[in-house]
Amino acid sequence: MSLLSVRDLTVKFAMRDQTVTALNGISFDLAKGERLGIVGESGAGKSITGFSLMNLLSRPGYIDSGKILFDGEDVVQMNNKKLRNLRGNRMAMIFQDPMVTLNPVLTIGQQMIETLMAHRKLSREEARQIAIVKLREVYIPSPEERLEQYPHELSGGMRQRIIIAIALLLDPQLIIADEPTTALDVTIQADIMELMLELCQSNQVGLILITHDLGVVSQMTERTLVMYAGRIIESGRTREIINDPQHPYTQGLINALPQQTLPGQRLKQIPGNMPGLVSIPAGCAFNPRCKYATDFCRSRVPETEHYGKVEVACHEVQRLNSDEDRQEAQA
Amino acid sequence: MSTETLNPKSEPSRWSRAWNSNMGYSFRRNPVAVVSMIVFLLIAVASFLAPLIAPYDPYDPAQIDIMNSEYPPAWINGSLPGFILGTDDQGRDLWSTILYGTRLSLLIGICAVALQAFLGISIGLIAGYVGGRLDSLLMRLADIQLSFSTLMVAIIFLAVTQAMFGTDTFNKYAVVFLIAVIGVAEWPQYARTVRATVLAEKKKEYVDSARVLGFGPMRIMVRHILPNSLSPIFVISTVQVANAIISEASLSFLGLGMPPSQPSLGSLISSGFDYIFSGSWWITAIPGVVLVVLVLVINLLGDWMRDVLNPKLYKG
Repeated sequence: MSLLSVRDLTVKFAMRDQTVTALNGISFDLAKGERLGIVGESGAGKSITGFSLMNLLSRPGYIDSGKILFDGEDVVQMNNKKLRNLRGNRMAMIFQDPMVTLNPVLTIGQQMIETLMAHRKLSREEARQIAIVKLREVYIPSPEERLEQYPHELSGGMRQRIIIAIALLLDPQLIIADEPTTALDVTIQADIMELMLELCQSNQVGLILITHDLGVVSQMTERTLVMYAGRIIESGRTREIINDPQHPYTQGLINALPQQTLPGQRLKQIPGNMPGLVSIPAGCAFNPRCKYATDFCRSRVPETEHYGKVEVACHEVQRLNSDEDRQEAQA
Repeated sequence: MSTETLNPKSEPSRWSRAWNSNMGYSFRRNPVAVVSMIVFLLIAVASFLAPLIAPYDPYDPAQIDIMNSEYPPAWINGSLPGFILGTDDQGRDLWSTILYGTRLSLLIGICAVALQAFLGISIGLIAGYVGGRLDSLLMRLADIQLSFSTLMVAIIFLAVTQAMFGTDTFNKYAVVFLIAVIGVAEWPQYARTVRATVLAEKKKEYVDSARVLGFGPMRIMVRHILPNSLSPIFVISTVQVANAIISEASLSFLGLGMPPSQPSLGSLISSGFDYIFSGSWWITAIPGVVLVVLVLVINLLGDWMRDVLNPKLYKG
């Protein structure tokens, strides 16, 4: 049985004179200990997905319909008490900027011990010992001293390690990491990612990695969802998606990587911008930016269907592929 | 600083940490703040030790002799050696009475501010954190409260209670009434400031991460948001203590505060006011100077604190 199973999740935002749909019927599964990447441009709904999984959307956002089954229980239907037990305890979240996610006026120790004591019946000393063990696990040197320090006394990489340690404090089954390394510099990014990979593998913790960095996704995850304008447009094993993307958008994303361009050439970017939630075009949301778009694409929303080894939501996949085959044959 | 982190054995005490902090440093560097603090501490300590320091007990009728009334201070001809600052119209030693009166004024000021702070912080936190309709409701209440001036509310309330309970009972519980009325009349000052900082703080990611860790709203408000909103609270508190002392003095001056048998600074000034043109200026002037100095040093300390805690001037 899968650990997490999202079915037809629709999230809306109530604006003053209209409601906009931020997530439009997304469905996916996550097995125990599996690592899943969610990629897409800014505004695609990646972070909203992360927050909805914890049922933490704040006004004006709300879950309109759909189910989020975590270990067989529907998160959407949970009452506050159950939710509080879920958050931190069974599901943890890591945010983007370690500079602002720790409370500046509490010491590291206070924050960790408080978290432990809020969820478990522990004495202060026991909680302290667990905190020290967890800090060791994330390779923090001399953890006893770090417990007495305030967040501003530590570097960004160190803080993100501490945040990971806090996320792991209660041995959750799932960690949602929302762009965990965007605010760090490149060398530390690699360290942190390696650390997260190691911890997830050794503790059998599921990971949902929300990012726009395809490189990170290919290193870290087993499966990938590509999101566009609140829908999942392609999903499958990470290797298949990176090596052989089917959806024109995913292809565009991968072609836009700097590595795909020779020195001196312009980056092959996808023309145009992601549409705002208010003005999502009719039919396939990607159609104004897609060079393969037909009239059919402009009128009907594509359903997700199996194609090759992945699931993809595009009307023109088949034609596109046969075209490519023909081109390759000619060449 | 660096030597301390290198050597974990020498755990600095709380006091030396405060002394070496940014606030301690800027305090030492600011002569106005140091002098104000010294003067304030002198006044505060002297007044709270009044029963030990004062040569007479102004509340004890047996020690008061009406024949001693209106003796001038020691440095003026015609004074009596026992009375350093002279005596008031009832023959009480002015020095002792001022000590006791300052104690009352400070006590009322601080307790009233504690009450204001309690009401204002709770209401501000809830309004800011919960938001929506409750926020509008509480803030409109605050607006209504603010549209009445403190003195007006206090005068009406105190006059009504005085009439209701009779002067004797009123005089007995005057301290409590004063604290209550000054405390209740000024809570919106706190509520508004706290609400504004809470609105800014609750958008920050550490609040999100606290929610993600499964903390309840109570814990998030009190343990996470409140400590981050403390600096404006400190600043208003000093100003409010000064304001509360002035309010108390004004009410007592108007005869609605402390009774003449248990004078605060305000009632002392008021009782001397009748004699100011008959030459006994000291009964009004000396308590007046004490009141002005007390309020001034508190305000100067508040000013200094506002400068130190201003995030635009200093970022931690």
